[in-house]
Amino acid sequence: MIKRSFIGLLKPRLEYGSLEETPSLKQIPIPKEITLLSNCPFDKKNLLLKKKATVKTGQKLLLYKESDEYVVSSVTGQVSSTSSYTGDFGRSYTAITIEVADDEEVDDEFKDISKDASLETIKNFLAFSPGNPLGNPPVKLFVDKDKSISTIVVCCADSDLLITTNRHVVKSDIDAVKEGISILKAATGVNDVVMIASHGQMHELSAIGEKVSQVNDTYPSALPHLIMKDILSKVVPAGKNPEDIGVGFISAEAVASIGKAFSNGQIPLTKILTLVKKDGSKSLVSARIGTPANDIFNAFNITLNEDDRIIFGGPMTGSSVYSENHPVQPDTDAIIIQDRDDIPVISDYPCTNCGDCLRVCPVNIQVGMLVRLLEGGHYEEAADQYDLYSCIECGLCSYVCVSGMPIFQYIRSAKYELGRANTAEATNNG
Amino acid sequence: MVDNNKFIVSHATFWHDGSRISTRNYNIALAALPAILLGIICYGMSAVGVVSLSISSAIIWEFIFCRITKRSLTIGDGNAAVIGMLFGMLLPATAPWWLVILGTFVAVVIGKQIYGGIGAYPFNPVVVAMAIVMISWKDIFDFNEALMNYDFDFAMVYPLAALKHFGVSAVDSFSLGDLLMGKQSGGIGSTFGVGLIAGGIYLIIRGIIRWEIALSFLAGVFITALIFNMSDSGRYAGPVVHLFAGYTLIGAFFLATEDSSSPVNFIPILIYGAGTGLLTVLIRNIGVYVDGVIFAILIMNLVNPLLDKIKPKAIGKVA
Ligand code: SF4
Ligand code: SF4
Repeated sequence: MIKRSFIGLLKPRLEYGSLEETPSLKQIPIPKEITLLSNCPFDKKNLLLKKKATVKTGQKLLLYKESDEYVVSSVTGQVSSTSSYTGDFGRSYTAITIEVADDEEVDDEFKDISKDASLETIKNFLAFSPGNPLGNPPVKLFVDKDKSISTIVVCCADSDLLITTNRHVVKSDIDAVKEGISILKAATGVNDVVMIASHGQMHELSAIGEKVSQVNDTYPSALPHLIMKDILSKVVPAGKNPEDIGVGFISAEAVASIGKAFSNGQIPLTKILTLVKKDGSKSLVSARIGTPANDIFNAFNITLNEDDRIIFGGPMTGSSVYSENHPVQPDTDAIIIQDRDDIPVISDYPCTNCGDCLRVCPVNIQVGMLVRLLEGGHYEEAADQYDLYSCIECGLCSYVCVSGMPIFQYIRSAKYELGRANTAEATNNG
Repeated sequence: MVDNNKFIVSHATFWHDGSRISTRNYNIALAALPAILLGIICYGMSAVGVVSLSISSAIIWEFIFCRITKRSLTIGDGNAAVIGMLFGMLLPATAPWWLVILGTFVAVVIGKQIYGGIGAYPFNPVVVAMAIVMISWKDIFDFNEALMNYDFDFAMVYPLAALKHFGVSAVDSFSLGDLLMGKQSGGIGSTFGVGLIAGGIYLIIRGIIRWEIALSFLAGVFITALIFNMSDSGRYAGPVVHLFAGYTLIGAFFLATEDSSSPVNFIPILIYGAGTGLLTVLIRNIGVYVDGVIFAILIMNLVNPLLDKIKPKAIGKVA
């Protein structure tokens, strides 16, 4: 954890760190059981998958009637349970657990279809492949009629700290990235591609022949909103995402997944992630999607204690999980273990108006005032007067808050609650 | 899924830079120490007495208040101690014990806790307490009278009083060096210019006070005093005396910079600081009070919430 420097007058410098510090890739063996998560709320009645159903490696599994949401099985075996998983802010997910069979059998549905590298194929088979976030996989953006994407940004830098996935993919499999880009260009008809390079990647990426821009090596420069502002010189309006103004972001890993899928005729199923141990040492791991974190811990002889914390994702924007069996998802770029003694205390102190938060906020939000309103539950006012929706969710305000207030949590939950209220209103009116 | 361990589940962010309210307060206390030490060297045991009584009574008031109102005990954060320490620094070494205890009561209970405690008060509690005791017991703050029985190796004169009552010629004898080295009479911890400036710079470097406030305050004092001085140098002293006498320095680095009662945005800070400086000199030169720092800060605390409405536009905000 990077602490405040003695010279507190300076803004904190959180560097992304270099890939070289991370030792070589370790393959995690196929586990006995995997769990696939989808962000569809669990609905037992309409679930298409039944217990005991057999699935093959690489098989696309449609989840619900009248819905095109799917997951892709990363193993061969039998569905052993279907359940609901509750994530941050009470969001409900569908969890499909599969017991792994002894012999692996690869599904061949995709093989035949992969001869046609169309946008439909990408959307229908690759939304669950490594590098795609649950819920809004970039491959879906390109077919969304409302968005009309005219620029594709391939992010080869990693957006949160400690994460090295994209940089590893670029280093180890630049050809897949290159292939993925040309497939994507052909399928979408979008020719304006910008590659975002982190420190030290410029050279490798220039060889691909697309536009390359280098992002600053301090957090949060590689967050999409800041890439938009600083590199593409387009300010995303408050509450909107880059795709709303025609720019589709996709990670290097997701692009490489596309490249590999069509050249091998198989949907990629292994996820590259960084494991950060309690002492801060890092290891690169490759594991099948759905592998429980515990299998990874075992491979490294890590034991966890009561009151430790397991974080999926980066230290600034990730989320902590309840269980050491929590599965690796297509977008799990890191698993961080925090010792209970290293967990920062969240205090019940109020804001002292020290002003540190607004000095670090990359989008000039009056965070101190905002958080006072959010604490009191005045969400609407916070949105109208104190720029709740301008927040690009970097978490720096929480990181520096002298009072130790969970500001970022207040912000995210306020957005979530307001979002729910708006949806409810829309449904009632409609 | 059988789990043996319970894990800590909370929300991002999972890192924190380790800053704390207590660290800030202990650093403020540390920064104030040189000025207090010189006061103790000057005024001896009675200064020790006033400052320690002030610190301890402030802590005790906080303790009592937290207990009575069943709030969680906050004395560990050092805020009450700092309030007591700063209050003690403003007092003359001859301040009677009851005044110290009363003053810290006003600061901690009325100035801070009744408004809701740390972060919630509109006025700097120390300044509120000082304003009340200064108005109520004027004589105690006649530093010349109060400190008459001291035997100094320098002219035992409170520059601002001399200025007010005898005119500019009375402060001619103060050299810049004297003022900076504390060779003037005044509050226990308010006269050692070099010490206060060093403490202030330390706090600025550590990022604990907002440098813009201190600097714009001093600039406000300097410019206003200069204008007065240029208009009639026979009646109005030059900026040096105003900068280094009375509560100017302790005000600039320790009082006006208090987090809760001062603005956080750049332009408001400049207005706040410069306004405090301007009012300070106005009160000194044409007001009835000898020193204007305390009242100037109080007035600017009052307008602070309005000032902070001048804020930069958030990026991405749609008109
Ligand atoms: S998380 Fe905090 S610092 Fe980051 S953009 Fe939002 S309000 Fe600003
Ligand atoms: S950093 Fe925390 S205490 Fe300081 S102004 Fe922001 S919210 Fe308030």
